[in-house]
Amino acid sequence: MGIEVQHIYKSFNNYNALQDVSLKVNDGELIALLGPSGSGKTTLLRIIAGLEVPDLCEESKILFHGKDVAKQRVAERQVGFVFQHYALFKHMSVFENIAFGLKVRPRATRPSKAEIQHRVNELLRLIQLDGFGNRLPSQLSGGQRQRVALARALAIAPKVLLLDEPFGALDAKVRQGLRAWLRRLHEELHMTTILVTHDQEEALEVADKIVVMNQAKIEQVGAPEEVFHRPANEFVMDFLGHVNVFHGRVENGRARLTDIGSKLTWNREAFGNAVYVRPHELEIDRVAGDDGIRGTVRRINLAGTCAKVVVASSSGNEVVAEISFERFHELGLQRGETVFVSAKRARVFTPDYEI
Amino acid sequence: MELTLHVSLGEGSCAKQPMSRKRSYSVLPGFGLTMGYTLTYLSLIVLIPLAALIVRAASMSLEQFWAAAFNPRVMASYRITFGTSLVAALVNSVFGFIVAWSLVRYRFVGRKLLDALIDLPFAIPTAVSGIALTAIYDRNGILGHTLFQWGIKSALSPLGICIALTFISLPFVVRTLQPALEEMDGESEEAAMCLGASRWETFRRVIFPALFPSLLTGFALAFARSLGEYGSVVFISGNLPMKTEITSLLIITKFEQHDHLGATAIAIVMLVASFAILMSINGLQWYLAKKFRG
Repeated sequence: MGIEVQHIYKSFNNYNALQDVSLKVNDGELIALLGPSGSGKTTLLRIIAGLEVPDLCEESKILFHGKDVAKQRVAERQVGFVFQHYALFKHMSVFENIAFGLKVRPRATRPSKAEIQHRVNELLRLIQLDGFGNRLPSQLSGGQRQRVALARALAIAPKVLLLDEPFGALDAKVRQGLRAWLRRLHEELHMTTILVTHDQEEALEVADKIVVMNQAKIEQVGAPEEVFHRPANEFVMDFLGHVNVFHGRVENGRARLTDIGSKLTWNREAFGNAVYVRPHELEIDRVAGDDGIRGTVRRINLAGTCAKVVVASSSGNEVVAEISFERFHELGLQRGETVFVSAKRARVFTPDYEI
Repeated sequence: MELTLHVSLGEGSCAKQPMSRKRSYSVLPGFGLTMGYTLTYLSLIVLIPLAALIVRAASMSLEQFWAAAFNPRVMASYRITFGTSLVAALVNSVFGFIVAWSLVRYRFVGRKLLDALIDLPFAIPTAVSGIALTAIYDRNGILGHTLFQWGIKSALSPLGICIALTFISLPFVVRTLQPALEEMDGESEEAAMCLGASRWETFRRVIFPALFPSLLTGFALAFARSLGEYGSVVFISGNLPMKTEITSLLIITKFEQHDHLGATAIAIVMLVASFAILMSINGLQWYLAKKFRG
């Protein structure tokens, strides 16, 4: 079922959490709302769930499959919501937790005991926790608890699945496992899913589409590779992965970098006053080229899939470059050596002129 | 000399000395001092006086003890004391719950003032409470007058005792529930609503079970406090033997009649009964807390 929100505003005591946000999620899509804390992503999710009411505005609309649900209460929207801190019912066993949504239905629509039993066992299998039905949440690990929370949300056969930083409280290894599991689960169920996260790696890995949010607004919507390789603006560029920022003046495809005292060249007409280069787009050489930055190797980090070299320019600014191990050994770099850094690719963002 | 030697020894040599190994288990200093103080203090204030009570009772023969502790008048006082205390604790469990709920969950004008008022029964001398309650619930009092017209005796009756006990034990339930209510995470309520539960279902299945252990503690405290209450009750109850005479009053009466052994016998029964009740409620509470919180 597709979801569409139009012109949503939300403020808490003079603080704007959402400002004129519109978003469309296609049926069966897994999208990630990505942004720093305070960007409004969780508020947007809670508004879609009905846990929060948007500010009164005539143009505001929340559509589930084309139908306006703005006036429906949480219980009527049939959303599966998963909280960051699991929010499991502590005094109920895993089985009772999952069965909760079925047991509280009015008598007319409540499934029989046997049906509930069957459905819960099915879900326990799905979350790979068969035989854990009698345990209490406190007897489970964090990752297991979150899987139970997910099963509990799925038990009511929701129309959409909303996940609020579901893996935020888990450690890195468990998080990675669950991420892959969630992706497989989504491919199996094809349920429209919205995932809120501040972890760009998580968003890039799991989602079909990424919505980058910042300061109560949506900055960019696009496929993972799109937002990563063709960021719409400085914020997206900066938020998705590491980036080196050079300040200076850009004219006719040449940038005069005032903070480093050097020049960068690329073949594009552009204006602006900041140049963005990802670490893997930088090259290190022992001899000076046409242009490039002269600097000293300050740190070398070889733990990873490539060599990370931090080069400090004469003015003290640090640049991070990622080069392949082959290249690194070819150069035979040592700390303290003088090198030249040049960019294979760089970006400038033209500021929006408002008249 | 030896101390210096200990310090200069390496790790391996240290391990050979059982003393130094034992000591290294506790990281926090001062265990001996604080534990010794705790035991001495508890002994002086609580255990020794209670033991003296039992020693004193031991000078009685079993028949004497039985006659003093279980004669009809004393039995009636037990029934009244435990009965009215139970009623008061139950009433407070319901209404104290509502008070705590509204104080924690809602923001309204005068909330702070109301919150402070809860402690009044704690703070004012029980005799003052007793006189105040009597003034209102007496046959000539504002409320008592009306109630008497309807045929309800609000003073000089077990009802009067219940009123007094409810008054003095209210803070216990409210004050034990408040932190539990504040601690409750709103997320499990939201989760219940997302799963389609109505407000009543959410309360019944999610909120109440989470608060129940604290409610039980509050109940036990209110009950225990009521069992021992004397000052506020004696004014309003009228102290009619067999009808409205509470056990604490009976103990004092016996004592004043120089029947020290009789007073001791009753005191022993109260001690054992209170202890047994508190232990079982604590046990139940411990079990529930373990089950709920893991």
